[in-house]
Amino acid sequence: MDTIKLKINNQEIEVPKGKTILELARNLDIDIPTFCYDERLKSDGACRMCVVEVEGVDRLLTSCSTQAAEGMNIQTHSEEVIQARKDILDLTWASHPNECVVCDANGECKLQDYSYEYQISPDPVYTGHKREFDIITSNKFFYIDPEKCILCGNCVNVCTDLQKVEALSFIERGYKTYVSFAFEGDMETSNCVSCGNCVSVCPTGAMVEKSKDLFRIWETTKTRTTCPYCGVGCQFDLVVKNNKVVRIDPAPGIPNEGLLCVKGKFAFKFINHKDRLTTPLIKENGEFREATWNEAYDLITSKFLTIKNEYGANSFAGLSSAKVTNEENYMFQKLFRAVIGTNNVDHCARLCHASTVAGLATTLGSGAMTNSIGEVKYNDVIFVIGSNTTETHPVIGSFMKQATAKGAKLIVADPRKIELANGADVFLGIKPGTNVALLNAMMNVIYKENLYDKEYISTRTEKFNELVEIIKTFTPEKAADICGVKAEDIIKAARIYASGDKAAIYYAMGITQHSQGTNHVKSIANIAMMCGNVGKESAGINPLRGQNNVQGACDMGGLPNVYPGYQKVFNKEVQAKFEKAWAVKLDDKVGLSIPHILNGAYDKLIKFLYIMGENPMVSDPDTTHVKASLNNLDFLVVQDLFMTETAELADVILPASSYAEKDGTFTNTERRIQKIRPAIPPIGNSKPDLLIIQELMNSLGYPQKILTSSEVMDELALITPIYQGVNYERIDNLGLQWPVKDKNHPGTKFLHEGSFSRGLGLFTPVEYIKSKELPDEDYPLILTTGRVLYHFHTISMTGKNEEINEIIPRNYIEIHPSTAAKYKIKHMDSIKVSSRRGETIAEVHVTSKISENVVFMPFHFADGANMLTNTALDETCNIPELKVCAVQINGLV
Amino acid sequence: MKEYVNIKLRKEFKSSIIDKYRDNKSPLMQILQESQKQFGCVPVEIQQLISEELNISTAKIHGVVSFYSMFSLKPAGKHIIGICTGTACHVKGAQRLVDRVEKELGIKYGETTKDGLFTLAPTRCVGDCSKAAVVMVDDTMYGNETGESIIKILKSYQNKKS
Repeated sequence: MDTIKLKINNQEIEVPKGKTILELARNLDIDIPTFCYDERLKSDGACRMCVVEVEGVDRLLTSCSTQAAEGMNIQTHSEEVIQARKDILDLTWASHPNECVVCDANGECKLQDYSYEYQISPDPVYTGHKREFDIITSNKFFYIDPEKCILCGNCVNVCTDLQKVEALSFIERGYKTYVSFAFEGDMETSNCVSCGNCVSVCPTGAMVEKSKDLFRIWETTKTRTTCPYCGVGCQFDLVVKNNKVVRIDPAPGIPNEGLLCVKGKFAFKFINHKDRLTTPLIKENGEFREATWNEAYDLITSKFLTIKNEYGANSFAGLSSAKVTNEENYMFQKLFRAVIGTNNVDHCARLCHASTVAGLATTLGSGAMTNSIGEVKYNDVIFVIGSNTTETHPVIGSFMKQATAKGAKLIVADPRKIELANGADVFLGIKPGTNVALLNAMMNVIYKENLYDKEYISTRTEKFNELVEIIKTFTPEKAADICGVKAEDIIKAARIYASGDKAAIYYAMGITQHSQGTNHVKSIANIAMMCGNVGKESAGINPLRGQNNVQGACDMGGLPNVYPGYQKVFNKEVQAKFEKAWAVKLDDKVGLSIPHILNGAYDKLIKFLYIMGENPMVSDPDTTHVKASLNNLDFLVVQDLFMTETAELADVILPASSYAEKDGTFTNTERRIQKIRPAIPPIGNSKPDLLIIQELMNSLGYPQKILTSSEVMDELALITPIYQGVNYERIDNLGLQWPVKDKNHPGTKFLHEGSFSRGLGLFTPVEYIKSKELPDEDYPLILTTGRVLYHFHTISMTGKNEEINEIIPRNYIEIHPSTAAKYKIKHMDSIKVSSRRGETIAEVHVTSKISENVVFMPFHFADGANMLTNTALDETCNIPELKVCAVQINGLV
Repeated sequence: MKEYVNIKLRKEFKSSIIDKYRDNKSPLMQILQESQKQFGCVPVEIQQLISEELNISTAKIHGVVSFYSMFSLKPAGKHIIGICTGTACHVKGAQRLVDRVEKELGIKYGETTKDGLFTLAPTRCVGDCSKAAVVMVDDTMYGNETGESIIKILKSYQNKKS
């Protein structure tokens, strides 16, 4: 490495070339003040606070934007430098309101800190008139006070260059300049996504949360933890005063690099919400009464004994949870397998990425995201199919936009013109359920035009010839008809994808939630392997996992066919290993998946269901059927934070502690095992799920020593090869990405380097097969479902935040203008929509984002989209076809 | 927000203006100038249209529009009065002219009269200092102006109207 020698504050140093003076100084713990500097951004040198003196240069230089050079003699705190900084502070103070005593930022304001450090006079040295502005309150979560703004530009730059939304701008000029949204802050016309990343970087009190809790920062404690929402696994600090979470601050570094979304930043009010369950509840004569933990455990135990004696272990089933920790999921499946004696344990990964687990395991040998979140920015081609990334995984969405800003090409295929489509090189507005047709045609083009990677195919894969048989007749013209897009766009997309050296595919429910979901996933694997785009850095296949710990819940064996680490229950060696570890006999038969558990309950074959942190009354297809099934149970245990729609049907409710009250780990979508840490004690008499499960195991007669989550990790690491090298000490700082093969293994940044988990990558030709229920005369419209930015899953947590509810208050349906005209319905009308399974009411949103004859509904709301959705299953993995069903509009209500 | 430019005009603006400039290196300024010329301002609807068509955020466009004094958000009057406030004109009493016109028309510097006839636009040196104080009305320049003479000029425009 090239190094240079220079002097800084009379200290001689030798440092690598290419650093700025500020970076060098910070490495040496020399404190140079800055307002506008952000290491993630190109330096503006706007605030001038970081000026330094360099011998032989006749003016002061901004250290943030000046490269250190050989022989420089730098003074960071000379008299002249200090005077210059004082001048800036004096000038700023002259037009700044003298309101520190009542300012929300008191105690965490850089202007205040530096004014003290540099001993500024409280009476302004300069007599400029103070600027007069109204406070901008249009955003629901924070306000802008332009009088306190020092125009450093951090908020604008973060919004423009990192979040890539550009909702903030400098308005007016010169003395009148202020920062605001377009058009007097009118949120209706703004593209602001309320991520709050501007607020997080404001050095003064100009941008502050609209908090109802009054707190001074010195009264609070901060606890670093992992976000409980989507699978990105953002790191942040819970700011707590008097056992109440009052704010969330993003953490720098992996994986979110200081960014958050609206849910992570602002939707934390559920933690201390008045509706939290604080004591066990037992239903008697149709009414819940408060109970002690022992009463609850005793009741569950007596029901367990009666039902087990009468109907056997396979009349029990459990729904584990993608929202709780790895350790809790591990213990939950251990409870079912080792204590109850059944493999009937599943969780809602069944409804999101079951097809990924099945499809990628077959083709590559491992069903997880092949690359890391940090690699997104280095993709040269990004192909997003069936993922509305900026809403479902907002931080990854921002990284994608950062990549395109650096020149990466973007292909988007989705039934809706999602936000990412606006900046795409090609947008393919395909009909729901036609992914395979599109992918086959793209492969047809790549094959015909000789754009595939022959060497990779011959050395790393098998059965390419079988694929060729299928794709060679699947022309773009044929696909264009099926998908409802232009053949030339398919050709263009194929050429762009094949041209990428670091081409990555990102997908989610648009690929997986189909009766052909496994085949859709296999098709993705086909095109990626054909172009040699798996098994290298920044190129791969990336299923974006939806919930905070859905990856971990799968890893921990919250699935009916596998023990932790995807070890098959029917493998004798594996069975023997777990029998030894848990000191019990285990069942070698694959258990039931969620749809079959519910059908089993409906048919009264499943008698006892234990649901931990899931809400099938909202999340699963055909709510009417779900309700009937749950009502047919002999006994239902629900463990949750709140009285959910599912909890209402329970016989016993066990109040669990939230992520802010417990220890453990979540595994994010990039396979990174990260810590969560308790910031407050459990609310009321609630208990962490891990403790509840272990106490219950003992109550049911299994001698389970009550372990801490760290001890549980040690136990499971011994018998889970991909987690073998994980322990709490190693993951405390950064987390580790599995597979972590031993205590010295550094974890795995991207999968399948050199060879696939299964050895050779397997091409599996896939025919296009139509969705099970397509429009007809009676039900002429296709309904597709999805997520929105502001809500998470069944809104049991996000729905506890007033501001979020004000933005997305109720179920809605997106309809194309011409479809709306045909039915004579208008924007914001309330209409009834029905399918063969049920009906629901939704507010009409007329938008040309969606194609004609297709309608969209978010799945978040109770008695909403899932009243209508189809229970048709993918035979391989049992994922329901949540993305396509036929509906009719029954007019206004 | 009241709609100022209807759908038909927006479509025309897209095909005749935005499409004309969209492949230029930085088309925004040219398009904004065309809007200012055509509508006497850059209305919100036009900014939204440009935003959709060029994939530039409305905040950024609004930032540009509010930065340059040649753009306005609201429509300007039929005639633009520019009283030069450059150094030479200032010495020759430009401020008195501004005060006089403000009083006469009942508007402040930068505002538009209720009848939409005049906008008193902020104006810096127009480059003809020998004739200070200088007043521009639209593209016509008037030199050596005093309070009384300028009122006469305004009257002549008012009379044209009727």
